[in-house]
Amino acid sequence: MSEIHSNWQLALQLAIEAEAIQVDSSVANNLTQWTIAADDWLRFAAIAQQHHLRWAAGWAEQGANTFLVNACFAHQEGYLWLCTELNAAKPALPSQATIYPAASRSERHTQDMFGIHFIDHPDPRKWTRHCAWQRHEYPLRKEFPIQGTPEAITPPNMDYQFVKARGAGVYEIPVGPIHAGIIEPGHFRFQAVGETILNLEERLAYVHKGIEKLAEGRTPDELVRLAARISGDSTVAHSWAACRAMEQAGGITIPERAAFVRGILCERERIANHLGDIGAICNDVGFAFAQMQFSRLREQWQRTSANVFGHRLLMDRIVPGGVSVDVSVENGTLLTQEINALRKALNELIPALDLNSSLEDRLFTSGYLSPSTATIYGVLGYVGRASGQDFDVRRDMPYAPYDQLSVNVAVEEQGDVASRVWIRVKEVFASLKLLAQMLSQLPEGELVTAWHKPEEYNEGLAMIEGWRGEIVTYVRFTSDNKISRFYTRDPSHFGFLALEKIVLNNIVPDFPVCNKSVNPSYSANDL
Amino acid sequence: MSILLAMIQTLLFIALAPLLAGWLKGCKCHLQNRKAPSLLQPYQDLLKLTHKQPVVSKDASWLFIIAPYIIFSATVIAISVIPLIAVDLPTAASADVIVLVGFLAFARFFLALAGLDVGTAFGGMGSSREMTISTMAEPAMLMAVFTLTMTASTTNLSLAIGHVLAEGLELRPSFIFALFALILVAVAETGRIPVDNPATHLELTMIHEAMILEYSGRHLALIEWASQLKLMLYGVLIANIFFPWGIAQTLSLPALGYGLLAILGKLAILALVLAISETLLAKMRLFRVQEFLSFAYLLGLLGMLSHIILEAAR
Repeated sequence: MSEIHSNWQLALQLAIEAEAIQVDSSVANNLTQWTIAADDWLRFAAIAQQHHLRWAAGWAEQGANTFLVNACFAHQEGYLWLCTELNAAKPALPSQATIYPAASRSERHTQDMFGIHFIDHPDPRKWTRHCAWQRHEYPLRKEFPIQGTPEAITPPNMDYQFVKARGAGVYEIPVGPIHAGIIEPGHFRFQAVGETILNLEERLAYVHKGIEKLAEGRTPDELVRLAARISGDSTVAHSWAACRAMEQAGGITIPERAAFVRGILCERERIANHLGDIGAICNDVGFAFAQMQFSRLREQWQRTSANVFGHRLLMDRIVPGGVSVDVSVENGTLLTQEINALRKALNELIPALDLNSSLEDRLFTSGYLSPSTATIYGVLGYVGRASGQDFDVRRDMPYAPYDQLSVNVAVEEQGDVASRVWIRVKEVFASLKLLAQMLSQLPEGELVTAWHKPEEYNEGLAMIEGWRGEIVTYVRFTSDNKISRFYTRDPSHFGFLALEKIVLNNIVPDFPVCNKSVNPSYSANDL
Repeated sequence: MSILLAMIQTLLFIALAPLLAGWLKGCKCHLQNRKAPSLLQPYQDLLKLTHKQPVVSKDASWLFIIAPYIIFSATVIAISVIPLIAVDLPTAASADVIVLVGFLAFARFFLALAGLDVGTAFGGMGSSREMTISTMAEPAMLMAVFTLTMTASTTNLSLAIGHVLAEGLELRPSFIFALFALILVAVAETGRIPVDNPATHLELTMIHEAMILEYSGRHLALIEWASQLKLMLYGVLIANIFFPWGIAQTLSLPALGYGLLAILGKLAILALVLAISETLLAKMRLFRVQEFLSFAYLLGLLGMLSHIILEAAR
């Protein structure tokens, strides 16, 4: 992010000038921000795609008499923040989803929430909205009351047009939104012939909690508490991302010790979730032994979190300007001992999984995601890294404390469920190594920098590598230190898109294990 | 007297089936390093279900409601012909293995119909899978059984057991093949890992459970109980045909007591073996089940061939 005039940006700029697209370039908080005309929105996407930029996030906000539409693109070496301004009277702009399919649901969300029309969108159906709100009510517009409208029950969406498949022996399997296990709601519509899946269509947003609207008017402290509750398993990552975005807006540098403690919390969250996932994936193919062992390891890990940091999931340990917990010398020793104990336990358990041929038979070749499909959808995190997407914010655009550490990023090309398990295993070991580094290098100093009102800028855009992958969070302040707009794009967004492709040509009973190997968060996706 | 004994044996069978399920679960829990529920938990679960009001879908027909009773009764008739603790009971005359396979197929037929009846995708999927598996499991089972009946020259279970007992402990290659064939079929038919996972909540992966998803209350209790009976039925079949020693040949009280202890011990060991294999194995891919059952069929066939080549000549 520090390199503002890097080569890829220069090449992109030249290509854009050749196409006669007017760009108003500025640098805010080390991020390059390009403002273009709304009419050029689609043309820009075409050029960006030729330059191998990944679509990373998209959101809108309401200004005075205007709507601002933003998109964030990513290159291996940096981010590009694209903006455009729309007339509030009839807001419309060309859709980028024809070029970037990953942007499709995000644009539908923006359309549902702001009433901004995306011209020639390949999929004009409602997304987040279902049947809520009146026809001309758009909940993220400023005039919409934060407490919502009194209409309590959203009527069922009976006429949603799912993709149809026709032919002899083709049948539909509707699954959800309520599932048998204790998991979040989401509807899956399968078209299958025999047991082979021809198509899977997801219908999400059943867990839309209105996070973006609820954030409006909050103080920084209140926003972090909200961000921590976007998805319980990513509470550290989301609160860190929200804090980092706000700290950028406020121009606040957190103390070194606080950065290290945040790093420790985040890696602990990553390890806990990966342990749980490895066991859960094995359980989905009927191998309960692994589930029991890994659940035990995860539970012990979380109990230590509770003892040392006061919360099993480490919720609300990150605050604007720093952290609310410290690692004492004794606790540091305790955590270091635990690292060694976990390594030892894993060195016993992992070979037991590796040598089990019946498990291998289920995991290998199931749920294949090709590297090219992963690139098209910009898939992140362990799902992307199992399909050759060699990207990790901690290594490629490092932030404190990772800029002082060596981050190993495991990448495979195999792209199947087994590969996604192995990436998790490797990431657990890499995180243990990082934890050991952070605990031994833990600098002395303060834990919190005092918060002050943002002055120079009032907006911030931050990226954090959560356990599922890159989280992009945007924050804008009002003049009185309140939040005016909060948006976050969880990596689950791409996980869900990848899942629709992963299951193709697999058999119906293999869907659960494919799904678990991706494990996207419904709550973080639906916001 | 002996008719009374035959009835007592059947009742005992019905009463013990949940205990076997509890023991199996206990073994699995210990093998996975976790605390096991009480051995009596399956009884409590059945009791709990009978107290609950059955919820029946408005799309369900009469078939859906009577199916649990048919399934349970057919299974009970099937078990009543199997020698549990004693041979030569009056029911022995009808203790024909082909009849037994027929009763089980009858119960399965109604279970599959009930799965289709409510018209949910899961039920239909479960029925379709169950029938796919049974088309391969039934021939394999018959092939294993034929090997046995060729040795004993009868399809009557009681006489076959008597024959094995009379011959004494003798190494018969055909029996070993038939034993393994029957074990594989039993795993498939009772819906155990690696063919089906009775403990899963994932509807899309289910076979047996998918068909009974819509059942609740006493209907579910009957079906669950029938599944437990079926599990025990296969256990008793394997135990008493291949290892009949200990079964009561006279109807005296000590012999019967000894017979009961013997079958309990044999079932406990079989369940332990099943628990170990379920802990070691993941569930196989659905389309691997045909290979699994073809293998069972092949074993049955090999058993018969080895009987003809090695044993029949003598």
